[in-house]
Amino acid sequence: MQLDTLIEQFKKKDEKAFETLYNMYSKNIHGVIFNIVRDQDIAEEIMQDVFIKAWHKADTYSTDKGRFFTWILNIARNAAIDKTRSKSFKNKKQNLDAQFFVDILEHGDSLNDKTDAIGIGKFVSKLAKKCIDVIELLYFKGYTQKEASETLDMPIGTIKTRNRNCINELRNIVLN
Amino acid sequence: MDINNYINSGVLELYVAGALSDEENKEVYDVMQKHPEVLNEVLQIEAAILKLTEATAPKNTVLDFNKITEKISTKTEKETKVVKLKAEKLRSSWLSFTGWAAAVILGAGLLWSIQENSELQSKISVSQIDNEFLEQQIEIADSDLKQAKSLITILRDKDLLAIPLGGQTVAPEAYAKVYWDKSENSIYLDVQGLPEPPEGKVYQVWSLTLNPLTPTSLGTLDDFTSDDSKIFAMKNANASEAFGITLEPAGGSTSPTLEQLYTLGTVASVS
Repeated sequence: MQLDTLIEQFKKKDEKAFETLYNMYSKNIHGVIFNIVRDQDIAEEIMQDVFIKAWHKADTYSTDKGRFFTWILNIARNAAIDKTRSKSFKNKKQNLDAQFFVDILEHGDSLNDKTDAIGIGKFVSKLAKKCIDVIELLYFKGYTQKEASETLDMPIGTIKTRNRNCINELRNIVLN
Repeated sequence: MDINNYINSGVLELYVAGALSDEENKEVYDVMQKHPEVLNEVLQIEAAILKLTEATAPKNTVLDFNKITEKISTKTEKETKVVKLKAEKLRSSWLSFTGWAAAVILGAGLLWSIQENSELQSKISVSQIDNEFLEQQIEIADSDLKQAKSLITILRDKDLLAIPLGGQTVAPEAYAKVYWDKSENSIYLDVQGLPEPPEGKVYQVWSLTLNPLTPTSLGTLDDFTSDDSKIFAMKNANASEAFGITLEPAGGSTSPTLEQLYTLGTVASVS
């Protein structure tokens, strides 16, 4: 209920509500963007742009279109992917297609104490490769179910049930 | 719809991922409104994804909101305030002003008439209450008048004998009158001139014959205080030679308490 109120205020261009939402989601958005661009400075820059963009198109969001987090996640993924397609970025970076979110989690330098405490490390080691694939595409890259089905070469129905099982596993680890 | 099947289908995970079409999103939203367990499931999925995505954020970055505030406030000033205001100033002059003025006047007029209407409504209901009250008063006056008229008719009867009763030692100021209708064997007693009887006491009316002195009780005036006209009708089949009124304990006495004799009068034309 409180989130609904915040979002209402945000849509009315209330900066205080915007700041609260920023504090709630900026780390997540930053994480998703970083996973795509793999550069701290660029990731931070894109993240700021994403929130500024969200502010300016606040009135286009409505709760019946999806979760607020999903909405801003979508803006973030698009912005980050756009960035990877730009010339300047391509010249600077290697092909990132083969990298997954688990790489970040596995590397100690990106793993802060708080997330370690909730067992992300354990999660990473336990999660099957098929789960890592599907979560990477659907949540970190923003693939539609059709795109994911084509990329992983499996029927849409299978994507749905596999993803459901993988998220259940994730929930068992991070929410318990 | 089987809600458990719906939850297990995996559609909610795709919903949080943002992998559904607009129509599918709308459908999930509608189901969530009707089924709290679906909303709860979505919240759980979202919470798990929040934990996961948070964990992929680079360590030790300070995400300063001030950088955002600077940008959103400068942008609004430059783009909106400077550029747009100038362009709109020209158009917004008298046309939009008159438009707003008309709207304000219309709105105010509407409010005024609504208020006026409700005031009239309350005035009408007050008048209705007044009317009812007046009608009641008329009815009361009407019945009073009827009573008075019938009283006059009685008193004007030619056969009616009027006997004045004078005040006695205990109450020299007191007086009363008896109207005796011999043909009907009844008396009308006007006791306007008697004081209110004290608590626990009652006036008792006596018919007397004088030689020898024999009192016969005609009854007690139990309703003395409540009866406004102070006129009482009583049966009297006696060959009365005098009438007296005494103050007695409530319920009356078998013989008059003469020390408490208030009024007394003899029938003049008896002989």
